[in-house]
Amino acid sequence: MAAPRKLTRRQVLQGTAAAGALGMLGRFDWIGQAWGATDKVKMGFIFVGPRDDYGYNQAHFEGKSAVAKLDWAKAFDEEKVPETIEVQKTMESMIKLDGAQVIFPTSFGYFDPHILKVAPQYPNIQFLHCGGLYQEGKHPKNVGSYFGYIDESQYVAGIVAGGMSKSGKLGFVAAKPIPQVLRNINNYMLGARSIRPNCTTNVIFTGDWSLPVREAEATNSLVDQGIDVITCHVDSPKVVITTAEKRGIYCTGYHCNQAKLAPRGYLTGAEWNWAKVYMDYAELIRKGQPIPHLVRGGLKEGLVKVSDYHQTVTEAVRTQAEAAKAKFMSGSMVVYKGPIKDNTGRVVIAAGKEHVQTDIWLESMDWLVEGVIGSTKS
Amino acid sequence: MEVGWWGVLIAVLGGAIRIGTPFLFVSLGECLTEKSGRINLGLEGTLVMGAMTGYAVALHSGSPWLGVLCAGLAGMTLGALHSWLCSFRRVNDIAVGIAMMLFGTGLAFFLGKPYIQPSAPRLPSIDLGGWSDVPQLSAALQINALFLLGVIVAIALGWMLKHTAWGLKVRVVGESADAARALGLPVDRIRIMSTALGGFLAGIGGSYLSLYYPFNWSEGLSSGQGLMAVALVIFARWKPVGCLWVSLLWGGAAALGPSLQSVGITGGYYIFNAIPYIMTLAVMIITCSPRRNLAGVPHELTVTR
Repeated sequence: MAAPRKLTRRQVLQGTAAAGALGMLGRFDWIGQAWGATDKVKMGFIFVGPRDDYGYNQAHFEGKSAVAKLDWAKAFDEEKVPETIEVQKTMESMIKLDGAQVIFPTSFGYFDPHILKVAPQYPNIQFLHCGGLYQEGKHPKNVGSYFGYIDESQYVAGIVAGGMSKSGKLGFVAAKPIPQVLRNINNYMLGARSIRPNCTTNVIFTGDWSLPVREAEATNSLVDQGIDVITCHVDSPKVVITTAEKRGIYCTGYHCNQAKLAPRGYLTGAEWNWAKVYMDYAELIRKGQPIPHLVRGGLKEGLVKVSDYHQTVTEAVRTQAEAAKAKFMSGSMVVYKGPIKDNTGRVVIAAGKEHVQTDIWLESMDWLVEGVIGSTKS
Repeated sequence: MEVGWWGVLIAVLGGAIRIGTPFLFVSLGECLTEKSGRINLGLEGTLVMGAMTGYAVALHSGSPWLGVLCAGLAGMTLGALHSWLCSFRRVNDIAVGIAMMLFGTGLAFFLGKPYIQPSAPRLPSIDLGGWSDVPQLSAALQINALFLLGVIVAIALGWMLKHTAWGLKVRVVGESADAARALGLPVDRIRIMSTALGGFLAGIGGSYLSLYYPFNWSEGLSSGQGLMAVALVIFARWKPVGCLWVSLLWGGAAALGPSLQSVGITGGYYIFNAIPYIMTLAVMIITCSPRRNLAGVPHELTVTR
């Protein structure tokens, strides 16, 4: 750690003068910067939920904790900030009071209108949003977005699930049928079917991101129907994972590692690796290099990872999963390769047609692949 | 074993008990409070506070039952605070209730911060389905002792309100404070005791959520069980045993949505998930009549004055 900095009289005078001058201009946002522009990279993180929820927010918090350890960076965060005018206030206070140079509002709903409203007022501050909504030319120059292809990890988890299931029936507790969620479900199914062609995935949509009782109920119903491996896409997988463990079935995790919650049944899981993204950004800012507007990547770029396999995962299944992972790492894997039918029998990708990971077409997904029992209609 | 469509029935049966138990405790608490002539809208906050306290105490002490007890005591404190505030002149119980709801949830979120991640010990379940060789059915019949306790409390409370001097006093205070004063009954003290006891029950309902099902402490744990209890009590016509049936019905209906999806009825899940609410509305409309009053309503309740 760096030694605590003492304020010299000159600095205090400079600061006061600067504050006075800028105050007259009515622009207080420079004060924070004036204090600490010379030493550390200051990064502010905003989370929509609690930072230790075993889910989405914890994954981001782990990323923040990684940069916070760097002695040339300073990271601070605020949790449970709703996607309302509140987040605008939080962003402004991070800039004005903490002197943040870069802000990471991590929830999808923070972007429009909140970031778009605050960013133009602070052209020297970077606003990097998790979710990939940034459009060149349309949005302010100091805005950018980053997102990971976690569906790649879901594909690998699907292989493990399909390989380890006895009944050939997998379960998926999902919040809402939006493209990101559907992509995870479809990748899980395609991964599972790559090792076991006739298996199925039963999906239950709960209707919202955090409904613990309904998530538990959905898990129980799925187990009653003979499902023996379950996964989910909700804000915090804790309830699904602990309920599955209690019922004595396997599970695969999401967002971050939940192995501790299910020591007997946690086969593997799809995890974010935000530490990598935040470290890279911190490095760019320290060197004063331009920050890319769009950062995306999957297993290859290190933005997502796969949890360590449970000891019960057989050698044959491991080999298959590792082979798929290696193909993702080399960039040669194409998950959406025709012919692919949806679960109503319609051909969605014709034979010979390929949609690579970066294909924008995949981002408007509104169908479930053959083998998934469920419907995207509410 | 394939259960197919029977799975829906099993889920509704199991769900009635699993989801219904917290409703049972909170509605019993609300029922007792309202019988004494006050409405405690703060039970939502009490429930959340109970959930947090139960989880925290169970984690530190290693004993989930001690957690349940402390959750009840925390609820009792909040209940006593509510009724103490209400015993001042011209203090409105509904307004205090809303304040207590916000205070209880806020305090629970504030104090509960360090308990979101750690895993507390779970309340044990009693295996009542051992006779069945259908694993799904025996899983649904694994119930928690708190449910049995709730059934006993419902019956006992109903009996006490009807057949004991203590119950009569509570009812007199709830029917007419003036008459109670004329009889020399300590109106405020009886109300404080009823509300505190009601808070105790609601706190236990909260600890069921965090320590048994869904077994987790998080800020999104309650989905309005405390507020729904007010409606359930009206639905149950202020009868404790009625609260039991209504809670079971409610729990079963809430289990319908997910279980229908699991057997392949995949459309319309927002509607199915809303069934408990639709059902309550329907029952209210069917049973209400302009020709007679709500049977059993304590006349001191502010809303009916």
